[in-house]
Amino acid sequence: MVTNKFDYIRAESVDDAITLMVKHGMDAKLLAGGHSLIPAMKLRLNAPGILIDIRKIQELRYIKKDGNKLVIGAGATHHDVATSELAHQTYSMLPEAADLIGDQQVRNMGTIGGSLAHADPAADWPGVMIAAGASVHLKGPDGERSVPAEDFFTGFYMTDLQENELLTAISIPLPPEGTRSSYQKFMQPASRFAIVGAAAAVTVKGGKIERVKVGINGLADAAFAAGNIEKALVGKEPTEANIDAAVESTGADAMVMADHFASEEYRLHLAKVYAKRALMAATQ
Amino acid sequence: MPTKITMTVNGQSVTKDVDARTLLVHFLRDNLQLTGTHVGCDTSNCGACTILVDGHAVKSCTMLAVQADGSEVTTIEGLSQNGEMHPLQEGFREEHGLQCGFCTPGMIMAAVDLLDRNPDPSEQEIREGLEGNFCRCTGYHNIVRSIQYAAKKINEPKKAVAS
Repeated sequence: MVTNKFDYIRAESVDDAITLMVKHGMDAKLLAGGHSLIPAMKLRLNAPGILIDIRKIQELRYIKKDGNKLVIGAGATHHDVATSELAHQTYSMLPEAADLIGDQQVRNMGTIGGSLAHADPAADWPGVMIAAGASVHLKGPDGERSVPAEDFFTGFYMTDLQENELLTAISIPLPPEGTRSSYQKFMQPASRFAIVGAAAAVTVKGGKIERVKVGINGLADAAFAAGNIEKALVGKEPTEANIDAAVESTGADAMVMADHFASEEYRLHLAKVYAKRALMAATQ
Repeated sequence: MPTKITMTVNGQSVTKDVDARTLLVHFLRDNLQLTGTHVGCDTSNCGACTILVDGHAVKSCTMLAVQADGSEVTTIEGLSQNGEMHPLQEGFREEHGLQCGFCTPGMIMAAVDLLDRNPDPSEQEIREGLEGNFCRCTGYHNIVRSIQYAAKKINEPKKAVAS
């Protein structure tokens, strides 16, 4: 399959990419690893007139510690995260989730920034970033800003990214001592996208849950923070009974999706099961 | 608007004008006549089109030729050295790792990446390492044996030196 015709420009830097976006307007699209965009273009679901290639911009490809934060450049591949000792030390769910994306070849090309900007409701990174309390850093012609991950995903393939903005990095505050995390997903067997995925980061102090963040993807049109579970668990002991009771509220106020893989009822059931698995893995 | 691209393919520099929408796999097959890389599903699922770009296995049906401008590309045709088969090629022959052969180039290139990351993989690690490659003939058993054969052959001289 070939895509529609387009012109190709390689951006040399982040600023160059922004200048090119401003110049070419709505007809242009950014190309990073291309593992969401190229398949969509082959199916003619997307037909940009111009592709601005940002894959080889080195200033976007890094994973580093910056003060009390882990910062991941948007151009880091899933493989980069899967094999990053720094990422593992911060939240074990980071490499765990990276390793569950597609297959090795896909992980070698696909980027974390591309996945977040694309905002496929079934993608793994959104739920993980929400659970990690991450912020998404954006840069446009008018400067830089950052958005908490839980406010970034606004709908079906929709984000808070504005015209001519580029997602440059993700920063994750280093978790307090006593924090453990896990990402668990029920995957579509061919695409390995999540039918439902749940990420949990739990801080236990003195036998009680002091802080808990749960991000759910695949269930609704956008990944979301499961605030009900969080409220139900803070201050409680991390027992299976308490977790069982808390996950009952999973997706209570979500618009649950349905497709030929999983009905609304089944998806909601899966979300409870996988939220429990993530919470159990992060506490037991 | 044609785009001029230059890349190293199997050690040789090539420069061509391509339409920006040319997929890397078509560039290799149609422009360079390197037909060892196969087009299977054309949807980045089956892995038949796997090649190495800058040392990493990628699915060349989901990459544009222009994205590989300035890169180093290795295809199945570039694996043998001085007329000698790569240990993986030898392994697939010795262990009967193929039947129809359609998936074989992609399997071998994915296995090159796998052994590069993990020179001494367990059977489980080999099976997981091939999650991006489909075979519809062999049931994978002989493919796993072929890769074990290659790992052994690559590691033996190293182990001999170490002892």
